[in-house]
Amino acid sequence: MRRALRWLMAVCVVAATSTAAFAADLRPLVQALGSGGYSGTEKALAQLSEAGDPAAVPAIEALQAGDLYVRKADGTVVVARKAGDAFTLTDPLTRAALGEAPAGAVEKIRINNSLRRAISASLGALTLMSPDAGVRRSAADAVFKSRDASALETLSAAIAKEQDKGVRAAMEQARAAILLTGEAASKMTDADIQSATDTLTARGDRDALVLLNMVAGSGASDVTKKLAAAAVSTLEQKLAFWAALQNLWYGLSLGSVLLLAAIGLAVTFGVMGVINMAHGEMVMIGAYTTFLVQEFFRAHAPGLFDLSILVALPAAFLVSGGVGIVIERSVIRWLYGRPLETLLATWGLSLALQQAVRSIFGPTNREVGAPSWMSGAFELGGLTITYGRLWIVVFAFAVFAALLVALKRTWFGLSIRAVTQNRPMANAMGIRTARVDALTFGLGSGIAGLAGVALSQIDNVSPNLGQGYILDSFMVVVFGGVGNLWGTLVGALTLGTMNKFLEPYAGAVLGKILVLIFIILFIQRRPRGLFALKGRAVEA
Amino acid sequence: MLLRFFLMGLDRKAGIVLAILAFLAVVVPAMTLWVPADSPFHLSIFTVSLLGKYLCFALLALALDLVWGYCGILSLGHAAFFALGGYAMGMYLMRQIGPRGVYGNPLLPDFMVFLNWKELPWYWLGFDHFWFAALMVLVVPGALAFAFGWFAFRSRVTGVYLSIITQALTFALLLAFFRNDMGFGGNNGLTDFKDILGYDIQADTTRVALFVATVAALALSYMIASGVIGSKLGKVLVALRDAESRVRFMGYDTESYKLFAWTLSACMAGVAGALYVPQVGIINPSEFAPASSIEAVIWVAVGGRGTLAGAILGAVLVNMGKSYFTGALPELWLFALGGLFVAVTLFLPKGLLGLGAQLKAKLPGRKASTLPNAQPADQKGA
Repeated sequence: MRRALRWLMAVCVVAATSTAAFAADLRPLVQALGSGGYSGTEKALAQLSEAGDPAAVPAIEALQAGDLYVRKADGTVVVARKAGDAFTLTDPLTRAALGEAPAGAVEKIRINNSLRRAISASLGALTLMSPDAGVRRSAADAVFKSRDASALETLSAAIAKEQDKGVRAAMEQARAAILLTGEAASKMTDADIQSATDTLTARGDRDALVLLNMVAGSGASDVTKKLAAAAVSTLEQKLAFWAALQNLWYGLSLGSVLLLAAIGLAVTFGVMGVINMAHGEMVMIGAYTTFLVQEFFRAHAPGLFDLSILVALPAAFLVSGGVGIVIERSVIRWLYGRPLETLLATWGLSLALQQAVRSIFGPTNREVGAPSWMSGAFELGGLTITYGRLWIVVFAFAVFAALLVALKRTWFGLSIRAVTQNRPMANAMGIRTARVDALTFGLGSGIAGLAGVALSQIDNVSPNLGQGYILDSFMVVVFGGVGNLWGTLVGALTLGTMNKFLEPYAGAVLGKILVLIFIILFIQRRPRGLFALKGRAVEA
Repeated sequence: MLLRFFLMGLDRKAGIVLAILAFLAVVVPAMTLWVPADSPFHLSIFTVSLLGKYLCFALLALALDLVWGYCGILSLGHAAFFALGGYAMGMYLMRQIGPRGVYGNPLLPDFMVFLNWKELPWYWLGFDHFWFAALMVLVVPGALAFAFGWFAFRSRVTGVYLSIITQALTFALLLAFFRNDMGFGGNNGLTDFKDILGYDIQADTTRVALFVATVAALALSYMIASGVIGSKLGKVLVALRDAESRVRFMGYDTESYKLFAWTLSACMAGVAGALYVPQVGIINPSEFAPASSIEAVIWVAVGGRGTLAGAILGAVLVNMGKSYFTGALPELWLFALGGLFVAVTLFLPKGLLGLGAQLKAKLPGRKASTLPNAQPADQKGA
């Protein structure tokens, strides 16, 4: 869809730029459209087609739409569109505004059925012969959709002349569509039918499938039907394969979002055992930090806007981490060993933080822009992958890897693990446990802030941003197994993929409900999650 | 036998609670219906409904205290049972509308006509009878709680894990009830009620009667809860709250004890919801919101966990505060509520009712008395 729009835009741009240069040569021909009745119009039309200049396309299109008029005063041909009682006039070639005219001052150039056919043929010819590959491509696509048999001749001529591989393929597909559905089908040889169905199978999208299905149902001959049916089954398999891959990609994408949101929680909840219900708000603070950084860039260095996200990452880490440390020092440290109380206190904090952000920034969504290297999409086989999502997947895995290294390979990580495993012993070995607690909580919150930067790209930046993720994050951590980073990774990806694979069958909401029920049941089977820490304690 | 059960749990505190409730049941109707409107002692019908709403919340808090305060099960999904009870009552009230709906369909509620449904779904059958709806108010939350608890307790899902899956439960129900095809009015829920038991739901006398019914339900639930707590069963519940594995090693079937208290609590929450709906006139899926379950927990915490009376006190006080703040200073309400959560957990671990004992313990030379809500041993390091 988006591609089609882009081609359409290209058509307009090309038409507009070439207008000025060729307007002079075409002017008399366009002028001739308005004289001599039907036959005069038809003759002028044929000459316009022969001239082969796409600049005439807007004028012919206006003729087709019944918007082409003759101004009675001087006999000029104009494009007129009704605006209230009067008409707004524009020049058919240059598109310059020519003022307004009352209804009586212009006369419509009328067209009949034979003219209508001539118009579509000449439009097809003009656009199929256009020097611009984009225009030819969109013309070919249009013919594919309309399957207008009258375009067949022009199409064949265009295919013979075509140099661009992609455009020629589109044209051949259009021709195959016309051949298979039109009257010509009964006269085709088996080999021709075979090659036509092959062309359509190669196209490999839903449009081709719909078309082949139609042919398989009501083809001209039994051979056509049989070949089309075979092509349908090949194509269906191919489409199912790509659809599964697309689902997998969506699942990976959702899974990485879940991973980002949950990974900070895996530190505070998984490693420290603190139920931080304000975790979502740390994400939200990270998103708002991104917003502030972008505002700063917009105001002071708009040229460097693409770098704003890179600056926002450390900023969000520090801001959220700082808030986390303040929370740990002021509230949570008094509540160690009382997880349920911690849950309530941090829930209270989350309410206060939400309201604070609402009071400062207002309740409405804030606009966070995407840098140019994160917008757009590319195609990979039958997959459409947006750069934004791709970067989030990459980022999620990068954060995961960095955290893993930090916990396993650094002195700080060693201290965290020591304090988690045996607090008094770690204390006796000279580790300042209170400081490690504060820094660990800060680390978890800071990672939540990083998640906020990423989520600001795909979600609304509002005070409620965090609330949408908190429950999912807990599900991921609990499902994966508390105290195990790998469990969080597997949990996030599993839940994300499961969600996306259920969606086509059950719908988004029911899919989500099913996933929740699955988690509830799963916890019954394995009360300590997928990768439970093994121990001999009766109650961990 | 039954009488003894009820009397067993009654002590001085219970006497005070029941006396206050009895006082409310007599004085509030009198002040509304018989005191002239211009008298300073007159209570508007709006106030009565507001009080009734608070008492419904108090009943929910009582139910929650039974499981949290005495079994150590922190449910973050009790609002789900409350809402299910509410929906059961709402369905009865919907059926009572009859042909007086906007579309005038005698059988189908308006939203079903709107969705082009041709007949009543099977699960709506029977809800035109009050007795059936009243039964469902108990059975639906009770059955869900039984099934949920049966699985959860048997697999020994405890502590935080249990709390989180109760959140998942209420969230799943929230999503489910938002769906139009569920047949519960989707987003808008059930509303526009006309009659209850043949009486106009808007009439002053009906509203006062509903208030009295709420007081009665609260009193009865209080007696049942304190009866349970005072019985041998209650002693086992407190013991398994404080040291579940020890109780299990002594040969008690801890799962069944927990399951009993859990299901009873869910039924109470369902009754609270059923009384809530006719008084506020609407039930919609937002009642299932995870946040409202957590809010109910703070009512209990404010009043004092494991005290029953404290739960009632906390629910009424916090909700009065909410009504005041959201009216007068809406910006500050979330700050106040959030601050309350933090302050209570940090400074009032035993709630308002435990304040006296907490202060006594601070005095030099005196040891804290062993309260039923002493810090559970098993939770340390959990």
